[in-house]
Amino acid sequence: MLQQLFNALALGGVYALVALGLTLVYGVMRVPNFAHGGLYMLGAYLTYAALTGLKVGYVPALILSALGVALLAALMERVIFHPLRNAPHVHPMIAAIGVLFFLEALISHPKVFGPDFKQITEPLPGIVNLGGVTLTWQRLLIIAASVLVMLGLNYFLKRTLTGATIEAMSQNREGARLVGINTNRVGMLTFAISGALAAVAASLIAPINAVTPSMGEVMNLKVFAIIILGGMGSVPGAIVGAFLLAFTEVFGGFYISLDFADVIGFAMLVVVLALRPQGLFRKGT
Amino acid sequence: MSRLIWPALFVLAAVVPFLHPSGYLLDVGVNIMMWAVLAYGLNVMLGYTGLLPLAHAGFFGIGAYTTGILTLKAGWSFWLAWPAGIALAALAGLLLGLVAFRTRGDAFSIFTLGVGVIITLVINKWDALTGGNDGLNGIAPPAGLEEASRAIGLKLSGGFYLLALLTLALTVLIVARARASSFGLSLLAIRGGEDLARSAGVNVYTHKLRAMMLSTALAGLAGGLYATYVGFLGSAVTGPTTTFTVLLYLLVGGLGTLAGPLLGTALIYSLTQTLKGLQDYQYIVFGPLLVLLVMYAPHGLAGLWTRLRANRPARAAKTKEVSGA
Repeated sequence: MLQQLFNALALGGVYALVALGLTLVYGVMRVPNFAHGGLYMLGAYLTYAALTGLKVGYVPALILSALGVALLAALMERVIFHPLRNAPHVHPMIAAIGVLFFLEALISHPKVFGPDFKQITEPLPGIVNLGGVTLTWQRLLIIAASVLVMLGLNYFLKRTLTGATIEAMSQNREGARLVGINTNRVGMLTFAISGALAAVAASLIAPINAVTPSMGEVMNLKVFAIIILGGMGSVPGAIVGAFLLAFTEVFGGFYISLDFADVIGFAMLVVVLALRPQGLFRKGT
Repeated sequence: MSRLIWPALFVLAAVVPFLHPSGYLLDVGVNIMMWAVLAYGLNVMLGYTGLLPLAHAGFFGIGAYTTGILTLKAGWSFWLAWPAGIALAALAGLLLGLVAFRTRGDAFSIFTLGVGVIITLVINKWDALTGGNDGLNGIAPPAGLEEASRAIGLKLSGGFYLLALLTLALTVLIVARARASSFGLSLLAIRGGEDLARSAGVNVYTHKLRAMMLSTALAGLAGGLYATYVGFLGSAVTGPTTTFTVLLYLLVGGLGTLAGPLLGTALIYSLTQTLKGLQDYQYIVFGPLLVLLVMYAPHGLAGLWTRLRANRPARAAKTKEVSGA
């Protein structure tokens, strides 16, 4: 029981990191970035490449991967989403699908990484005993790291000027521009942060799950479910939604059936949307 | 003039199998027409109503699997199972719409993407009904199709070609009629802006539901044809990749146009078939192509054509003005 609780906490932490990036981008750019799952998948592969190719340690590999994905995400904003900001809202969505397609096909191409799954060894092997509950070090690391990153992000958004510009822009784009915020820079920055968060999350969970080209697709659906649940663009909503989904999945999988675990999140989503279409944490539209 | 183009095109296309082309050519033709029907279904939502549904392969799957299961396991005739598949796809579309249209814009697309995945998962896991991972094998060709083809001097492949052509013609006719009716105009009004449409007296919710049903019924129509033509069904074809591929067909051809879905499907499908080297790199090429299209040519091939035609008289009028002055 307690065991399941820790599993759910670790899973929720990963979901929260990925969902936070997605919800930040949505808040600032009003783009549902379907390529987000692709960035997440790319993050795991970059970590894998840094570990095996550059032979660096786990932490430097994680940082390298976060930087790489952040750079790519910022580039994506500049080249694709910025020019499309005034297009009908289905256009950036379709472009994002194109990017997701591209990333997945590129990674699974035999000359790049190939379609087979890759394994990242745990940086801290073994288990730890916490008051009668046995946990792997990796799960504990995930919980600690995700909480740390979330606290850091919260500090950044609430206490620093740059962070405040992101919040300002998600509240009112025109207003932000009027008070002299460089909305172009904020857009790029938000995409970069979102990419880095996805890469960190992917690198954290990668030692537990295998790294596959399709890992992004599943995660994509889950984090989109989460941010719809929490209300699109809402930061606390994304965190609560992430843990809600993780707990339902872990306990649903435990008590009902494992096959069911993947569907349960969507079932929950359907119910919530039928009752509260604007999500749990947003007032009206 | 342009009223005659479509019938002329279909008559010309109907002559093709009587010239005894290779089986390969007929197969490409059937595939193009089948996927074009699905693209027409997507066009009703994305092109006319301005909403991006991402579950269309799922509805295609509902049509295909209903047809397959009813003919294989319940022993129905294809001619009864096909309409049943279409009706079930439309009904599922209605049910999805009832919930999904409570959300607007972006959330709608994400929600339908999730539903699409659920449909694929259910098809993949429900072994007893759908055969699960093994799929459904040995779905028979429609009863009487072979005899009918022989009677007019064709092989079964020629019969399938004509059946697909009839299906496509019916689809184009239905979509064209719907587009020209007040229903179609209401959809265009919704695309222009939901609030504006509502204030002009359009019942937005009902019209979106109807558009969804028409759109998913067409997906079911294509699905049923696929089931009987290919004879085998696996859950993979009902997944998001199929939806995205058809989305690409539609974008290449031109959103919201009558010729677009057919043009785009014909071009991209035959390109991927002929350039064998392209198949390995298919999605590496398709992804950026999708991005470039929405950025630089969001109206596709058909859009380019209308723009060219629209420019010509405009230029002529301008020169007249200049010379008049």
